[in-house]
This record gives sequence, structure tokens and C-alpha cells, in this order.
Amino acid sequence: MTTAASQAERLTVAMNRFGLGAKPGDAIPTDAERWLIDQFDRYEPTPPAFERALPGADIADQFSEGRMALRGGDATAKMAARKELRQNGQALYRDEVQMRAHSALDTDTPFVERLVHFWSNHFAVSADKLPVTVLAGACEREAIRPNVLGNFEDMLLAVVRHPAMQLFLDQIRSVGPNSPMAQNSGERRNRRKPGINENLAREIMELHTLGVRTGYTQADVTQFALALTGWNVRGLGAGANAERPGGFAYRPRLHEPGQRDILGKSYADTGEEQAGAVLHDLATHDATAAHIATKLARHFIADEPPAATIRTLAAAYTSSGGDLKAVYAALVAMPEAWAAQPVKFKSPWEWTISSLRGLGFERPDMPIAPLLNQLGQPVWRPGSPAGYDDAAASWAAPDALVRRVEAAQRIVGKAPVELDARQLAPELLPGTLSDLTRREIGRAESGPTALALLLVSPDFQRR
Amino acid sequence: MIHRRQFLRIAAAGCGTMLIAPRLVFANVETDRRFVFIIQRGAADGLDTVVPYADPGYAALRRDFAVDPAAALRLDGTFALHPSLAELGKLYGKGQALFVQAVASPYRDRSHFDGQNVLETGGSNPYQLKDGWLNRLVSLMPRSHDEAIAFAPTVPLALRGKADVTSYAPSALPPAPDDLLMRVGALYESDPQLHPLWSAAMEARGLADDAQARQDPASIGKTAAGFLARDDGPRIAMIETSGWDTHSGQMFRLANQLKALDTLIASLRDNLGDAWAKTTVLVATEFGRTAAVNGTGGTDHGTASSAMVLGGAVKGGRILADWPGLAQGSLYEGRDLAPTLDLDALIAAVAAESLGLDTDLAMRTLFPGRPFNKALHGLVGA
Repeated sequence: MTTAASQAERLTVAMNRFGLGAKPGDAIPTDAERWLIDQFDRYEPTPPAFERALPGADIADQFSEGRMALRGGDATAKMAARKELRQNGQALYRDEVQMRAHSALDTDTPFVERLVHFWSNHFAVSADKLPVTVLAGACEREAIRPNVLGNFEDMLLAVVRHPAMQLFLDQIRSVGPNSPMAQNSGERRNRRKPGINENLAREIMELHTLGVRTGYTQADVTQFALALTGWNVRGLGAGANAERPGGFAYRPRLHEPGQRDILGKSYADTGEEQAGAVLHDLATHDATAAHIATKLARHFIADEPPAATIRTLAAAYTSSGGDLKAVYAALVAMPEAWAAQPVKFKSPWEWTISSLRGLGFERPDMPIAPLLNQLGQPVWRPGSPAGYDDAAASWAAPDALVRRVEAAQRIVGKAPVELDARQLAPELLPGTLSDLTRREIGRAESGPTALALLLVSPDFQRR
Repeated sequence: MIHRRQFLRIAAAGCGTMLIAPRLVFANVETDRRFVFIIQRGAADGLDTVVPYADPGYAALRRDFAVDPAAALRLDGTFALHPSLAELGKLYGKGQALFVQAVASPYRDRSHFDGQNVLETGGSNPYQLKDGWLNRLVSLMPRSHDEAIAFAPTVPLALRGKADVTSYAPSALPPAPDDLLMRVGALYESDPQLHPLWSAAMEARGLADDAQARQDPASIGKTAAGFLARDDGPRIAMIETSGWDTHSGQMFRLANQLKALDTLIASLRDNLGDAWAKTTVLVATEFGRTAAVNGTGGTDHGTASSAMVLGGAVKGGRILADWPGLAQGSLYEGRDLAPTLDLDALIAAVAAESLGLDTDLAMRTLFPGRPFNKALHGLVGA
């Protein structure tokens, strides 16, 4: 299955499969494996690309203040205010996407940066409603980036407690049916009976931790949703006070009293900590180890990864207690991760970032969010909590190829005129550039056409 | 405070029509009949779509969030149509709409992704089959000269498989010059994965020259009809809609979603012209939602839902349901509308009758190993 890769081929694998794509003039690492592992020490959770970024709490506050302006005035004024709010939200979203792209272009830890993108998709929110649109970038910056080299459980907790996820999966209105708040409102009026919303609980089990069909039942989901009641966002959601909206809040008045039974284990009612105890057990469950191992193997080794590969990664997860650095190290140490033949068809995001890096862009004069919309992978908007698919069948389609050619033309139009595709190609794909691609690039009618052909070549579209 | 909570409700309002973002896929077969499958991704709530207003359980379970029977369009003594579906109501009046209630695929758990996998592959279990039933339907028909077309950047599972499909979607990027396209073709010549995809894309370009770069439901309906109405155009289409996962704020969101669906189908009908008489549209979702409203004005993942069969040749103006009722004891696992009709058999019967195929053969090919419901016949006329 694996052919022993030459030194040059190992470089291609390190830069393109593990990293975000080679850059012209990059310092060439001599030891490809070492180069990947050393990035763990250099990684900065908040690199300079994000210096303009606002804390999620400020964004939540700003956008709920903006909403209050909608309440006054006549219908025309309201409509105008609503439109402005939506436009401001879109502008903020586009700015967040741009910062994410800049960080991916700047970074000297591209392996870790790729892992940030990987986890952000694993814990996907979808920017379909305005509150998630404005907070999706903050969720990645605040919950994923600081924990990408930490323990899985810490990342899980940070994501589940982040307002973006709580808003996306409807947690903020979930109320224990026997909680003090439900009792109270039941006495007041007979109308709206507060209750739970099981969306977050289900997706944590199905998508974030155990994985689908791993033996949990509808009763486990419901019990977990009850345990999660009270986990909320400050200043928003059921039973909120007039405090400044923002980060995580635990609201005891929403919490369902009593012991919960989940996956055969009982959890005493410890209030806020009850759901924390469940999350701890989910994070350290064998099914979670296998689920995470499968997704990582799919991202780096093959769309359908071999069972033995998954077992090795799952064992690294379990024996380290979910220490992600140990899992990544096990991945880098696997011979099958270094197969010289490309194993993955790049997603639109991967292709765009590697194209911009390959042509040496630092601050491209081109909005990235609309470009990714056109390429069929809007950033932070997969439309579902499962995130984007990580397999060629989702991205290699007739129309998608035409879009990439059009986008390549657009990107190349902004590149420096002195770039010569004939020199660049072997630098970006050391040891793996095919004769056919080399020949077609050489035959192109113009410099820009040659660069566009390089970006859409079969060699460059895969990693 | 109340104004803080307002934050979310208005937010949902702002994007209701955008969420549906329909995507189109086409396939070519040799027939003058047309078959369109509209998938509602995200588990559409059947109880608020084809409303069992006469069942006392409905108002009790949905409480303040129930569809107002006075505003809904009465279909018969038991069911009424959601008020957003005015155009579908007209089709029902003309006998061109058949509404199906308490229908479900064989999938009984509550994961969207597994549920859509079962619905689209036609397997009994998730990931049991690799290709889609719509692709196998294409393989039952004689092929016409053209390739199939997918109007989406990627091909949905239902149309993946051995029969060729291609995709087209309107693009806002500047078009690439022919010279560049030709050179890319040369570059992909010997790539087993990219070569067939590229050939398909180049064939679709010729067909789609005047398709509009619009994504709203009326434009999508018009674009789809433009292709289906052509003498040499495709005959099988799939339209993907999303945004049906209404865990909160269902009243408002579902009204928007259904309005968009109503607009899409009306636009399809209007722009198909005479070809509407030969067209059948099937609307279905992966599973339904909980019978009771949840704590957040929405509903959670459930089991049975509704489906729709629409078109000029449909023997409609009636409801197809073996109504299980909404009494507590009748609910599936005490929480969901119980399934009493098999969605697989419905799809096979509708597809076969629409395209003049043998129903047993269609059932065996589209849903291998699943029992056929012989009672399902006479749904679509010749």
C-alpha cells in the first residue's frame, strides 16, 4: 500500500498533506517529521492576523444592543434597522473569514493551523441565523484555537459552553420541566409550558463524541438534555437577567432537579457540574476514541481509512487520556501517512488557501468569503451540525471543477506578473510534479494561463 | 428581560426564505414523462404541513403553536393544509395533488445524516448501499443522447451511482475562456477521476447558457422547468431544499419554508406549460418530528411525516393515509407520529407509474429486499 517516499516526496507530504500548502521561498525543512512536531512548540493561539478581532462577548452584546433599536419607530424605520443589522452582521462575518484566511497565509505552524480548521469543522456551527453568523468566528478563536494542542475534553467543554454552539443548537431556551422556573411559569399562566430541547444533547453524542450508532438510546439523549438544562448564555435565553450578554452562564432556576441515568451510569444532581460529569465520561469513552481516530485518519490518510490505522490512533487517544498532541504524534509516526501518492482531493477551502499560499499572497486584495460561497463551501456554513464532508465524492463534481478553473483565473489575475509557473511548480510539488502537468504548463499561451493550469492541475488539486 | 429574548426571534425571521437555498440535479432518459424528486433535508414537520385538525390530539400536543384550523385550507373532514401552501391547495382542488400522511422510510433512529442516507440510497440501514435510488431509476430507463445534469456544485447521494450525472450551477465568477477550458481538458485527459467529470461539465455548459444566476425559489423553479420542458432536455430531476430542522421558533420558520416550497412548485408548474400534464413531483423528508411541541416553540427529531405527490397526471384531490391518531397510546415510542405507510413503497409506486415502468421491478431495483405494498396503485395516470 505504501511506497517508501523519497526525501523530496516526504517534503511534499509534510507541506501539502499535513500543512496548508507550500509557499515559494519557504525555508525547506530537512527532517519532514521533525518539522511537523516542532510546530507544537511554536504555535500561537492568537497570531497577529486576529489583532482586530473582538471577543465573542462583545459581539453578542453589540448585536443585541443593535436589536433593541428595532423595537421603537414605525414599520419603515424597523425595516431599515433590521436591514442595517443584517448588513453589519454580514460585514462582521466576512471580516472574520478574511482574518482566518490571513492567519492561514501567515502562519509558520501550518500543520497546527490545519488542525484548527479540522476541529472547527468537527464542532461545526452553521452561520444560517444572524446570532451564529456573527459568533462563528469567535467560537473558533475562543474555543478551538486555545485547545487545539490540549486535551479533547477541554475543547469539548469550551465549544459546548460557547454562545455560538448554545445558540446554534437551541440550548439557550431549554428548560427543565420540573425546574423552579417551569414551576413558576406553570402557576402564572397555562399557556406556554417550558420544556427541554434535546438538540444539543443529541448532537454532542452523535457528532462530537461517541458517534452515531454506538449504542446510546433516545432515553440517553433525553436524560443528557435534562442534565444540560441551566447551561446557558449570559444575558440571553430563558430566564435571563438584564446583564450584559456574552459568555457562559449557569442558571440554576432552569436546571431539572434529580439524578440522571445515562449509558448505564447514574449522575447525582450536582447542578452545573452534572452535565460536566457526563461530558467527562463521553470524552473518555472508547467510542469517542474510535470516532475521533476515524475522522483524523479520514482527513490525513484516506477517505476510507484502514481499520488498523484507526485502531492505532484510537489507542493513542485512550492511553494518553485524550491528549491531542499524543494523537497527532502517533499520526505523524505512521508509515501510511507518508504515502507519496496524494490521498485526498482538496476541499474548496484547502484548495483556495493552498493556491494563495502557492502564489505568495500575504494580504490578497480579494474577499475570501464570497469566493468560498462560489466554490460551494461557505466558511462556517455547512448547513448542518455534522460539518462538511471530508471525502472526494463531496467535492470532485463536474461543476465544481469548472468553478475552480474560474476561481484560479481570478486569483492568478491578482498575482505578481513576474511569477513563472515553470519554476514555481517543482517548488510547490517537490518530487511529485507529473510530466504531463509540467509539459502542459510549459505549453501555455501566457504566464497567467500557465499559473492557472498549475492551480487546477490534478497534482495541485490533491494532497 | 423580554427585549433580550427578542434577539433570537427576529434573527430567525431574517433568514427564513434564505435557508431553503434549493439546489437542482437532472438526469436524462428516453421518455416524454418527467419525474421530479424534492427532498426536504432536516426532517420536515408533517403534522403542521398536512394538519390533522379534527384529531383532538393535535391541538393538545401543539397547544399555542398549533396551526389555526380557521386559517388552514380544509382538505377533508380530518386534514387541512398549512396556510402557506395556497398554490398546492389549488392543485388539490384540481385533483392534481395527493397528500400522504404518517409515512416513513424504514429508518427508525433519529439522526438526520443516517436518515437522509437511508432515504437517498434506498437501503434498509444507513450505509448499506453506496449508490442512490434515483440513480438506479435512471438505469432502468433507456438513455437519451445527453448526459444527466446536476444543478449543484456537488452531486447528492440519491443521484450518485453508475449512471452518469453531471452538474451545473449558475456562477458569479467570471467565465473562463475556451482556450483555458481546452487546456484543462488536456491536463485531465489521463486522470481516471477528473476526466469523466470534466467531460460531463463541458457537455452541461452547452445546455445551460441562459439559466439564470438566481437562487430564490421562483427562479429555481423556472430554471428547472426550462430544462425539463425542452424536447431534448433531461427528464428526471432532484431539487434539494434545506432548513426544515425547526427545533425552535417553528411557527414562523415553517411558514417561511412552506411558502418557499409552495412558490417553487408553482413556478415549476407555470413554467412547464403543457409539459406539466406529463410531470410528477414527489416531495419527501428523512423523518418527521415529535408530536408535541418542545420547550422552545419547536419540535425535536421524530418518526413519521407527510409526503406530497403533485402533477398534471396525478390522481389527486385526496389524502392517502392510514391515520394512526395522536392519542398518547398511539404515538410511536410515546412521542412521535406512528408510521403506517412505507415511504419506499410510495416512492417506487409513484416513480414507476409516472414513468410507465413495472412497479415490482421498480421496487426491487430502487429498494432491494424491501416489501412492496400492493395497495399502492393508481396514484398517477398514464
